[in-house]
Amino acid sequence: MGRPVRFNIKEKSTRDWGINQASMPEGHMGEGFFATSFDKVVGLARKNSIWPLPFATSCCGIEFMATMASTYDLGRFGAERLGFTPRQCDLLMVMGTIAKKMGPVVRQVYLQMAEPRWVIAVGACASSGGIFDSYSVLQGIDQVVPVDVYVPGCPPRPEAIIDGVLRIQDLIHNDPLRRRNTEPYQALMQSYGIQ
Amino acid sequence: MAPTNEHVRERLTGKFGDSLTEWGEPHGLLTFTAPREMNLKVLAFLHDEDDLAFRFLTDLTAVHYPDRTGEELCVVYHLHNLTANRRVRLKVHAPVAQPDVFTASMLFSAANWMERETYDFYGVNFIGHPNLKRVLNVDEMDYFPLRKEFPLEDQTRIDKDDEMFGRG
Repeated sequence: MGRPVRFNIKEKSTRDWGINQASMPEGHMGEGFFATSFDKVVGLARKNSIWPLPFATSCCGIEFMATMASTYDLGRFGAERLGFTPRQCDLLMVMGTIAKKMGPVVRQVYLQMAEPRWVIAVGACASSGGIFDSYSVLQGIDQVVPVDVYVPGCPPRPEAIIDGVLRIQDLIHNDPLRRRNTEPYQALMQSYGIQ
Repeated sequence: MAPTNEHVRERLTGKFGDSLTEWGEPHGLLTFTAPREMNLKVLAFLHDEDDLAFRFLTDLTAVHYPDRTGEELCVVYHLHNLTANRRVRLKVHAPVAQPDVFTASMLFSAANWMERETYDFYGVNFIGHPNLKRVLNVDEMDYFPLRKEFPLEDQTRIDKDDEMFGRG
């Protein structure tokens, strides 16, 4: 035999696997049925089945490719199916440097998404222009679209991107059912000039 | 037979004489300057003559020399002879107050977008260009970024912390 095994020799119980279980929302249960209110269940369903739209422009897009690959699998969190059309997606992930000429394009893609929609700005360039403070780079996509979560980093590690998506999931879980009818949301859309 | 630099220089001075100035060979690339009005004539001569045959426009760009008053913008053409693998560089100077240069897009179609890029970044007005609009920058921009008179950062930003940038 070769060297003796040095690592991973302690017996671990299932409690240590780090599996998160979603707890059941409170409601009335009976024989063969479970009654609860809609908004408790819908948030849970929405957050665990996000369909992201990767708007990968530059280096952060490579980190996103790593995130979707097997080592840092983003599909574990329900984001397995990436749609490349805004019409079918919930989450616009803007990853990479956006030039001033690209700003209206990002806005157009955002406008084509159906409600409810969220935006995550991955990386320093999408959040604030990054190291490119010049005549051609848009200093943050929040100049053109409303952003929910910013993930800093240049580029952010895949674990950071996953953390950003988990925060989006928290937001989605706690959103009211018809977010688009609430006052602050409509005021935000007004400030961006979006109907 | 491959046109050597001496041969190209002889032919050019034979045709154009003293109007071509500032001859040089930095890194082996024959470089010379022509007056503004003659740029198309020189390009056409280098293109048409069979023993010169510089029929490929590699690059068309500009340089801004703020110290050469009266001739600040310099449009640079890099030509290439594909069969003999020889290159030549032509420079044409223009004042920044009236940066008009004749367009080479009738002779070389590659010059079309390259001249648009040169207009976009330096403001060189190419006379006779079919579509001289900005490419690469937003259309509403009213300044020419690569001229040396403009600062690199956007001066109208109020949210930058001067302390962090060493200016506080």
